[in-house]
Amino acid sequence: MQIRVTVNGTVHDSDVEPRTLLVHYVREVLGLTGTNIGCDTSSCGACSLHLNGEAVKSCTVLAVQADGAEITTIEGMAAADGTMHPMQQAFMENHALQCGYCTPGMVMAATSLLKENPNPSEEEVRIGLEGNLCRCTGYHNIVQAVLAAAGGE
Amino acid sequence: MTMTDAATPANTVLGKRRLRKEDPALLTGEAKYTNDLNIPGALHLAVLRSPYAHARILSVDVSAALAMPGVVAAYSGADLVPLWAGPMPCAWPVTADMKNPAHSPLAVAKAAYVGDGVACVLATSDAAARDALEAIDVAYEPLPAVVDLEDALSDRVVIHDELGTNKSYTWDLKCEGAEGQVDRAFAEAAYTVSEHYVHQRLIPMAMEPRAVAAVPQPFGGDITLYSSTQVPHILKVMTAITLGIPEHQLRVVAPTVGGGFGAKLNVYAEELLCTALARKHKVPVRWNEERTENTQATIHGRAQRQHIELAADADGKLTAVRVRLLADMGAYLQLVTPGIPILGAFLYAGVYDLPVAYDFSCTSVFTTLTPTDAYRGAGRPEATYAIERAMDALASKIGIDPLELRKRNFIRKEQFPYLAFSGLTYDSGDHELAADKACELADYTGLRARQQAQNVEGATKRLGIGISSYFEMCGLAPSRVLASLNYSAGGWEAATVRVLPTNKIQVVTGTAPHGQGHETAWSMIVAEKMGVDPDDVDVLHSDTAIAPLGLDTYGSRSLPVGGVAVAMACDKVIDKAKKIAAHQLEANEDDLEFVAGSFSVKGSPDKAMPLAAIAFEAFTAHNLPDGLEPNLEAQVTYDPPNFSWPFGTHICVVEVDTETGDVEVLTYVAVDDCGNQVNPLIVDGQVHGGVVQGLAQALYEEAVFDEDGQPKATNLAEYLVPAASDVPSITLGHTITPSPTNPLGVKGIGEAGTIGAAPAVINAIVDALSGLGVTDMPMPASPQTVWKTIQSAQGAMK
Repeated sequence: MQIRVTVNGTVHDSDVEPRTLLVHYVREVLGLTGTNIGCDTSSCGACSLHLNGEAVKSCTVLAVQADGAEITTIEGMAAADGTMHPMQQAFMENHALQCGYCTPGMVMAATSLLKENPNPSEEEVRIGLEGNLCRCTGYHNIVQAVLAAAGGE
Repeated sequence: MTMTDAATPANTVLGKRRLRKEDPALLTGEAKYTNDLNIPGALHLAVLRSPYAHARILSVDVSAALAMPGVVAAYSGADLVPLWAGPMPCAWPVTADMKNPAHSPLAVAKAAYVGDGVACVLATSDAAARDALEAIDVAYEPLPAVVDLEDALSDRVVIHDELGTNKSYTWDLKCEGAEGQVDRAFAEAAYTVSEHYVHQRLIPMAMEPRAVAAVPQPFGGDITLYSSTQVPHILKVMTAITLGIPEHQLRVVAPTVGGGFGAKLNVYAEELLCTALARKHKVPVRWNEERTENTQATIHGRAQRQHIELAADADGKLTAVRVRLLADMGAYLQLVTPGIPILGAFLYAGVYDLPVAYDFSCTSVFTTLTPTDAYRGAGRPEATYAIERAMDALASKIGIDPLELRKRNFIRKEQFPYLAFSGLTYDSGDHELAADKACELADYTGLRARQQAQNVEGATKRLGIGISSYFEMCGLAPSRVLASLNYSAGGWEAATVRVLPTNKIQVVTGTAPHGQGHETAWSMIVAEKMGVDPDDVDVLHSDTAIAPLGLDTYGSRSLPVGGVAVAMACDKVIDKAKKIAAHQLEANEDDLEFVAGSFSVKGSPDKAMPLAAIAFEAFTAHNLPDGLEPNLEAQVTYDPPNFSWPFGTHICVVEVDTETGDVEVLTYVAVDDCGNQVNPLIVDGQVHGGVVQGLAQALYEEAVFDEDGQPKATNLAEYLVPAASDVPSITLGHTITPSPTNPLGVKGIGEAGTIGAAPAVINAIVDALSGLGVTDMPMPASPQTVWKTIQSAQGAMK
């Protein structure tokens, strides 16, 4: 099936199999491998990206459902001059990543969370990120990073 | 929160928080994990896995799969037998008579666990390969599963016919002079406890599942194996042996690796399959693991039953420890499966002063479940759990505070270095200081008062305080000690430090980071030593073509072995640079000092030569001392003289709802001492993550199987890796007791959190419920388990 999507500001016209998941489309067709796959049950959130400005797990969306949509992946978060997004910067400054595999999804979920709730409490951050799993950090520094990013905006 | 920053005043880089140079690539999606590699023309491997825990394979018919679109080849286990020069490797035959069953990358005659590979497909896409698996027809004769360890030991059903038994080995720790002492100590003891604990099976669950790509080179016989592994060097040697590939023609690369936790310290069937099939078909072959496969085909951890007995005198001073383990190997022995319980064997007396009266024996059995192997801590969390739970049981029996009992038994600061009953020497420690700091951070005294007020008759929200003081035997390992344990390799680590002509520095390390931040940490060590900016140092690793020597990353070894090797290589480079400086400054070497990256003549600082100038001189070689080789580079292979012994005390405070069984962690304090810290930022991160993994074992995680050996936790929806909302913030404190055994004074921190956490949490829960007659709590302490345990304790009291 033919789809047209705008990904990180670039328009793509693609012919995809109906069963293709959005995550496979961005990774395999567009070569945007920053979006990771960590599970097969929509549990881990590693594949989170922004679909029309809102974080979604891209393994729960078919590529054809994204027809006409605006998508931002982790590759689209830094500014054109390479300056990292404030959330990326906050993750770095708070050592909120170790192996980095959950990180792109976590950053996408966290920015979406702050868009909905610009000044969350620690509790609200923890609940807001419960769809994204991390095995390295114990979440402590991720929560600190999100609170720092909220405070800085 | 961190109580102290670890800075040694003289240092300008070491001990200071420094942001990681690894992060920008990881944060922007630039980093390439194995599954991100673009490999044109690669065929995709998919593995058909046994749906039975135990079954004879009667026949495998791949003909229908071969007819599927995109399928290039399909094989049964029997078809591939000619490709294997040796069995799947086990590098740790712990005893001479250890039983080790035949183990092939694909099963031939029998499948021995759910997930055991029985056939495979190569196709032009991952989807085509997986689709074709469904067309493979395997005829099985199901056999009874063996799930329970006692049942396994009974040999009611023998899993591996050729062994004639399910018992793999019995390993005893013989302590010189202990004979008779243990029995005597128990006979004379004022107090004894005899406790049984179960370490449930855990799934390591690194967020990146495994992935493999084998790429043959177009000319010659060379092949490159990319794998999401912690052990590219070990994998290279083992793959060469198992496949009969000349080792010099095999290159192994670990691209960015998304966590390991021990589960990627292995040699897996899919690594061998991809490499063998890429050579056979002369095209690249790749495989990526789905999470469901990961829960079955990647090793599990823990899975032990423990019986620990303590004897103590009238003052509560420990006089003997006796331990009997029954350990679950799973269906086969993977790379270091049999050694895991043995890694804990030395630690069942914990941080306590014990004479020679120590008696340890471990029996290990096969079951029809996924093989077990190293999982964060590997044997040491199990040991710490047993002694720390048993210390609480002993305190309760004596009727004293568990903190008081620990203090009476701690090895005292002045006793270090401490020659233990096992013959091992504990390098340094100050257990009382760490415990005091933890108590101060947690307000232990205040908590006990609050507890007394809260846990009154009829209270349904009960406060519990759990303590755990631990030792971690890490920095694996002195090669000669490994030899005495029958381990098949050494424990050294290699490093090369190379000053480039423009004074930028390359470090080549044999460690293989997968989240630990070695690029940042090793840069800091070099920066401190050489007086350069850490950003002027590049750390090369995880590619056997670039870093041919190494023994990789596991067992909290990277800093105390690999980092120390880097520091020593810097010293060698500085020695050589000094010769050049002395020559060019026409000074005596002994008159030179090296400060902030520059050599100068003592007393006349204007007569100086910076490293940058020496680097260029070493490169041009126009004016070097006679006989000195050009270039500024040194290599060191460092074999540590001892393990390192990090330690600490954790305190967990919980509130247990006795009506629902719900456990809420109110406070978690971790005071860890890993010797000198290189980067406190990274140290804290390791502790946070480690604590949550230990806490997750205590409260959430278990690889459950039914009586037929069918896994009930097959994905992240069924296996409870905690989310941010399930875990508390963690309060950290540190004490710093440098290790005297290495020049950096470092010890390692990778596993400490996991080792300390599970007993602290369970001790807290049992403490909360002690007024209700509860004396133990199985892990994971789910609400249902807690509630049932309360009910049965209450029933017993009536």
